[in-house]
Amino acid sequence: MAETQALSLPLGAAKPPARRSGWFKAYFGTPLNSMISLASMAAIFFLGKLAFGWLVVNAVFSGDAATCKASSGACWPFLAEKLRYMIFGFYPFEEQWRPLLALTLFLASCLISMMPRFWSRALLYAWLLVVLPILYVLMAGGFFGLSVVPTSSWGGLPLSFMLSFIGLVCALPLGIGLALARASSLPAIRVLAVGFIEIVRGVPLISILFMATVMLPLFMPEGVTIDKLLRAQVAIIIFAAAYIAEIVRGGLQDVPEGQFEAGQSLGLSYWQVMRKIVLPQALKKVIPPMVGLFIGFFQDTTLVTIVGLLDFLDTVRSALRDPEWQGIAVLEGYIFAAAVYFTFSALMGLYSRFLEQHFRVTHG
Amino acid sequence: MNILNDMRFRALCYQIGAIGLVAAAAWTMFATASDNLAKQNIATGFGFLARQAGFVISETAIAYQPTDSIARAIFVGIVNTVKVSLLAAILGTILGLFVGVARMSRNPLLTRLALAYVEVLRNVPLLLYLFLWYSLIILVFPPVKQALNILPGVYLSNSGLVLPAVFVENGAVLLALFVCAGVAAAILIRRIGQQRRIATGKSNHGMAIAALALLLPPLLLWMLGLVSFGWDIPQAGRFRLTGGLHVRPEFVALLFGLLLSVSASVAEIVRAGIQAIGPGQWEAAAALGLHRSRVMRLVVLPQALRLIIPPLTNTYLTVFKNSSLAIAIGYPDLVMVSNTVMNQTGQAIETIAIFMGVYLGLSIAISLAMNWYNARVALRVR
Repeated sequence: MAETQALSLPLGAAKPPARRSGWFKAYFGTPLNSMISLASMAAIFFLGKLAFGWLVVNAVFSGDAATCKASSGACWPFLAEKLRYMIFGFYPFEEQWRPLLALTLFLASCLISMMPRFWSRALLYAWLLVVLPILYVLMAGGFFGLSVVPTSSWGGLPLSFMLSFIGLVCALPLGIGLALARASSLPAIRVLAVGFIEIVRGVPLISILFMATVMLPLFMPEGVTIDKLLRAQVAIIIFAAAYIAEIVRGGLQDVPEGQFEAGQSLGLSYWQVMRKIVLPQALKKVIPPMVGLFIGFFQDTTLVTIVGLLDFLDTVRSALRDPEWQGIAVLEGYIFAAAVYFTFSALMGLYSRFLEQHFRVTHG
Repeated sequence: MNILNDMRFRALCYQIGAIGLVAAAAWTMFATASDNLAKQNIATGFGFLARQAGFVISETAIAYQPTDSIARAIFVGIVNTVKVSLLAAILGTILGLFVGVARMSRNPLLTRLALAYVEVLRNVPLLLYLFLWYSLIILVFPPVKQALNILPGVYLSNSGLVLPAVFVENGAVLLALFVCAGVAAAILIRRIGQQRRIATGKSNHGMAIAALALLLPPLLLWMLGLVSFGWDIPQAGRFRLTGGLHVRPEFVALLFGLLLSVSASVAEIVRAGIQAIGPGQWEAAAALGLHRSRVMRLVVLPQALRLIIPPLTNTYLTVFKNSSLAIAIGYPDLVMVSNTVMNQTGQAIETIAIFMGVYLGLSIAISLAMNWYNARVALRVR
């Protein structure tokens, strides 16, 4: 009935709906939506007020542990005093310009390497022959009059970056090899690769770290000792290789069988086909997920603190345990560490999304 | 023809070579290890499992005394690992569903809040969160001596939450039997009700009768006096609380950290899965006159589940493996108990082999269970 009535009205008599801006409709379109908006605003306002009060209004900007203890806000003097220790750990105080320089060089090189237009074989050689040796000499010393700093004194942010970056760089060829072995037509090699990958992926990283730090020394001939840092690094490489192998396998499966067959019909050997035809196509596809994996590894390096290495999280925690500051700046320390991890992870996440976009544009 | 040019012969050689290399490496390691162990006077073999454990485990879901065997101690660790990962997976999935729905809301403010939630959780290491929650619990709540008595019998302090516990005084077996029978009956009734509804097109009270079948048998037992319950009320002593159910801060911090990380992953997985179902499905279902919530439940979700299950399996495997971070804050899971055993007996190889084997076995079990479920919801191609 209602419809016939509506039709019988003279044309133009029905009022058009009031024009609301898209903005208004999005936030207050329906009663429920308005309630959600108001509740969200209240939540944001409450959180913002809490954060502002803690970070600025009630915060202590100058003073010492006693002033911080008396106040309820953030304790900035703690960060100021402990900043160098948290970033560089037990690295000799006078020599801390070296890890700082190394960190800057590393981040700058990473920034340049992240731009697709610089991707080339020359960049790879530059990393292997120039950047990495310089970083090592800066950190370890022993050349050009730099004093030797043993790896047991390395710590903080440079160590976290090193464990994750070297881990990925060394795990990459290993992971590609494992992926090829898993896709191989030879059953014995396939079984070995599948066994390795599935075992490593089926157990937690902490168990592999335990294996490397507790069990590995038992497998070494007498008199041979491996540096503790190196052992943890090996564990991370093994762990990373298994996960990279799975990602690369996905890329290999995306390359049509015909590519391989075409290469073979040209008379190329297995390795030539892989190196010149299949892998370049497969690896290009797996770069974005690989960046995602790297974010995970960067966060996973925090686990080395359980086996007693002084990574960034560990130096922050030992700064918190300093008797002078104990129990005063717990939140400050953890939030600072969280902010650092968040910044690098989020930037890498953005980069991963940029790469996906980039490949979509350049490769249809 | 030269045999070296025969593809099959070459393939055989490569494989024998690879196996030989691995076997040689394994044998060398084994020989050096047994040599080293003999020199350090460390026993080998799994005989140590039967020895008395001799250490206290702060949280035990099953009966355990320091006089029990090491094998029992390790089993307590396994139960603790499964307990915390299962709870984190269930609670995290529920929370993640809400956040995922908020991520897809048409309200831009809510969408951004949910995005911030996911990003803050995903871009900071889990271990950092565990330390943070743990120290917050220790800092914020008062020591045991000044425990807050929030409700009669409920105490909150920095050594955890103590609640009055209910336990079955007698008739536990009978109760368990009746509960199982009730669940079976409820499932059966619900299925029959559903089939009848589909056959006749009329709604019936299948769900209500099923709920009754679930609740009635235990209630009946209790009313007849065959089962009786007792209360274990915590007592505030001078230095500690005794009795009751003790929820420890290590457990809470670990559970909280794990469930938050699960919720962030689940939110993203659910969002991606539902957004992958094209708008055509929504429009077609709406054209049939279905309400938005029914479109979601009957049309979109069944299709999205196929995309959601595989990454969800990975999330559950991850939370199970991440529960091993418990050792950092002192929750006695499998790794922490094994670590204690390792320090006591010195038998590192056997202990690590045991806990790696347990993780591997349970990981495979989770994968199989999820694959079975995935096969059930998968698209049936005819």
